[in-house]
Amino acid sequence: MTQSALTPAGQPRSGGWFHYLANPGRFQRVARPTLPWLVAFSLLLTVTGIVWGYWFAPADWQQGDASRIMYVHVPAAWVAMAGYASLAFCSFLSLVWRHPLADIAAEEISPVGAGFTAVCLVSGSLWGKPMWGAYWVWDARLTSVLILFFLYLGHIALIRAFDNKAHAYRAAAILALAGAVNLPIIVYSVQWWNTLHQGNTISLTGPSKIYVTMLYPLLIASVGFYLTFVTLVVARMSAAISERKITALLRAAAERAS
Amino acid sequence: MNPAAIQPIDVWPFVNGAYAATVLFLAGAAWLTFARYRRARARLAQVEQV
Repeated sequence: MTQSALTPAGQPRSGGWFHYLANPGRFQRVARPTLPWLVAFSLLLTVTGIVWGYWFAPADWQQGDASRIMYVHVPAAWVAMAGYASLAFCSFLSLVWRHPLADIAAEEISPVGAGFTAVCLVSGSLWGKPMWGAYWVWDARLTSVLILFFLYLGHIALIRAFDNKAHAYRAAAILALAGAVNLPIIVYSVQWWNTLHQGNTISLTGPSKIYVTMLYPLLIASVGFYLTFVTLVVARMSAAISERKITALLRAAAERAS
Repeated sequence: MNPAAIQPIDVWPFVNGAYAATVLFLAGAAWLTFARYRRARARLAQVEQV
């Protein structure tokens, strides 16, 4: 255990390994060699999942080829929700321990998460038209995902609305944590309300209602989308840390010169 | 109603649209992110030399 993870008396700090991992310099040392591998695996799995779903997966007996939209819509929806959960987690770390890396992570997660949520909404809308006869209905699942999109946009806007970055991160972290209540609403909306959106097809606790020839491409695309999300966030965080270091170095040089 | 009178809707424009939106987002986000990453690293290396 490193010195920073210990109290002056040599006792482990509360959340010591968070302190160890939350060092921007240490993050850069881990992120730079990891990024090429993340890029390779996310590209391989995402392309495989998309190509398999579009060309090779069987058409659904009831929905026909429209079911192919599932291979982009469902992974995007899962990543949108997991992204928001990670945003709420970083916001919690930011509020409790004031880790700058948690603030950077939260700032870089929200645009990527908003993008995946937009993909989920657009692909869902394009799936809804041939199946339901409408691009949009004010169904509980659709509406709660739209609220998730607005929460992401609110987080992005709030961070940029303050001149004082510390105030911005604090306000945005409170918004992100309060908005986390929307996640169980999204997940259980199809059980709590009578929705046009179908119920859960894949279950972690019970048997899935999908055949393996459709399950495999869906899982591969999902892992690919998750890895793409992680890759984009890690690259953005690494760039943000470098940009802060550039600003600090230039400021120090200007102060030395004056 | 005569079932033969029901015209099945062509779903491929919707499938193509969903995949196009996804691929455009993924490619665009990847391109913008790595352009920023490379630019930041190059600029940092330049500033550290000064």
